[in-house]
Amino acid sequence: MTAETITDNKLAHPELAAFEVHGITRASFMLRGALAAGAVYGTSAVAPFVSQALAQSGGGDAEILNFALTLEYLETAFYTVKGKQVGLSGQAKAYAKQFGMEEEQHVAALTGAVKELGGTPVKKPTFVFPVTDEQSFLALASVLENTGVGAYNGAAPSLKSKQILGVAGSIVQVEARHAAAIDLLIDKSPTPNGGFDLPLTKKQVLAKAGPLIKS
Amino acid sequence: MSQDTEQQEPVAQPAGIVERLVRDDVDRKRFLKAVGGAGAASFGAFVLAACGSSKSSSTASTAAVGTTARSGASTGDVAILNYALTLEYLESQFYKSVIAAGLFNGKVGALLKDFGSQEDEHVLALKGAVSKLGGTPAAKPQAKFPISNAAQVAQLAYTVENLGASAYLGQAGNIQSPEVLASALAIHSVEARHAATLGTLVKKSVTPNGAFALPADMSTVLAAVKPFIA
Repeated sequence: MTAETITDNKLAHPELAAFEVHGITRASFMLRGALAAGAVYGTSAVAPFVSQALAQSGGGDAEILNFALTLEYLETAFYTVKGKQVGLSGQAKAYAKQFGMEEEQHVAALTGAVKELGGTPVKKPTFVFPVTDEQSFLALASVLENTGVGAYNGAAPSLKSKQILGVAGSIVQVEARHAAAIDLLIDKSPTPNGGFDLPLTKKQVLAKAGPLIKS
Repeated sequence: MSQDTEQQEPVAQPAGIVERLVRDDVDRKRFLKAVGGAGAASFGAFVLAACGSSKSSSTASTAAVGTTARSGASTGDVAILNYALTLEYLESQFYKSVIAAGLFNGKVGALLKDFGSQEDEHVLALKGAVSKLGGTPAAKPQAKFPISNAAQVAQLAYTVENLGASAYLGQAGNIQSPEVLASALAIHSVEARHAATLGTLVKKSVTPNGAFALPADMSTVLAAVKPFIA
C-alpha cells in the first residue's frame, strides 16, 4: 500500500478503492489504513467509501457548491419542465411536483451560498433528457437522485466551511429521501447501496449527468 | 448477536459523555441546561429560511445550521461515534423486535428485514471505528420499544428513522476527521432512505421538513430516545 493508492485486497469493493488520494495528511492516511484493516473485524463497509470520498480533488467550497448547483439545476429542469412534457399521472406526478419545488429551493440556497463565499454562481445550463413516458422518466429520476446522493456524499468531506457542510448535509438527506421514494415507486430497492451509500467522485458524477447537459 | 454479548458487561472505563448522558439523568439535565435553547432557536430560523427562496434566506439557513452544529460541540470524534453507536444499537434492537413480532410480511416485511440488517452493519462499522480511534465502544443499551400492532409500529419506525437521520445531520459539523465524516455521511443518507420508505408506509411526506432536512443536537436526540432505553 502506497501513499498514492489503496490496494488493500481485503476491502469489500477493491475496484472502488484504487482512487488517487491527494492532499491528505500522513496521520489521516494512517487512520484510513487502520480503517481498512478493520475489514477483518467486520467494518469492511467503511473503508472503501472513505477512500473514495477522499479522492475528491479539492477545488474550494465555491467550486464544490457550483458543481452541486449544476446538478440541482439539472434536477429542477427535469422535474418541472420535462415532467410536464411527459405527462405524468398519480404518485409520479405528485412526486415530480413536490421534488421539483424542493430542487428549486436547493438552487436558490446554493446560488446564495456561492455568492456569500465571493464566488460567481454558474449559469443555468440547458439540458436534454432522453425520456418519453412515465416509465423512462422515473427510471432517469432514480439515476439522477441516486447520483445526487453520491455526489454530495463524495464532495462533503472536502468542504472547508462547517456551515456549508451543514447545508450540504441538509440537502443530501432530502436527495436520499427523493431517491428512496422514486425507487419504491418503480419496485427497486430504496437502499441500492445497502447499509452504506457510496460517495461518487466528480468524474463519476459527470459520467452520469454529463450527457444530459447540452450547454 | 454473539459479538454484542461482551458489551452487556460493565465496561472497565467510561466510554464518554454519551454513556453518562444516557444513564445519568442528572448529567443529562445539566448538559441540556448548558446547551440551552440554541438548538431549538436555530431550528426555527432554519425553517423560516427554508420557506423563502431569496438570497437572504440562504444566508439565514447556512447560519442556522452552523449554529446548531456548534451547540453540540466539545465532544470529539470518539464521543460522536459512540453516540451514533448508541442510536444504532437501539434501531437494531427495534427492528429485531418488530421482525420477531411477525407483524409484517411480503414486501414490507422484506424491507424491514433489510433495514434491520443495515442497522446491524452500522453497529459493527461504528464499533470498529471507535476501536480504531483508540476509544472504547459504548455499551449496548437495553432497548424497550412498545410493539403492539402494525400501524403503531410503522409510525414508531417512521419517528425513529427520522430522528436517526436528524441526529447524524446534527453531528456533521462537529466531526473532525474527514474519514469519520465520510463514514457518517454514508450512514446518514441510508437512514434518510429508511425514513422516506417508512413515510410512504404511514402515508406521510417522504420529506417532512421540505427541501432542507433539519438537524437535531445530541441532547434533543438523547431526550427523545430516553423512553426507549430500559
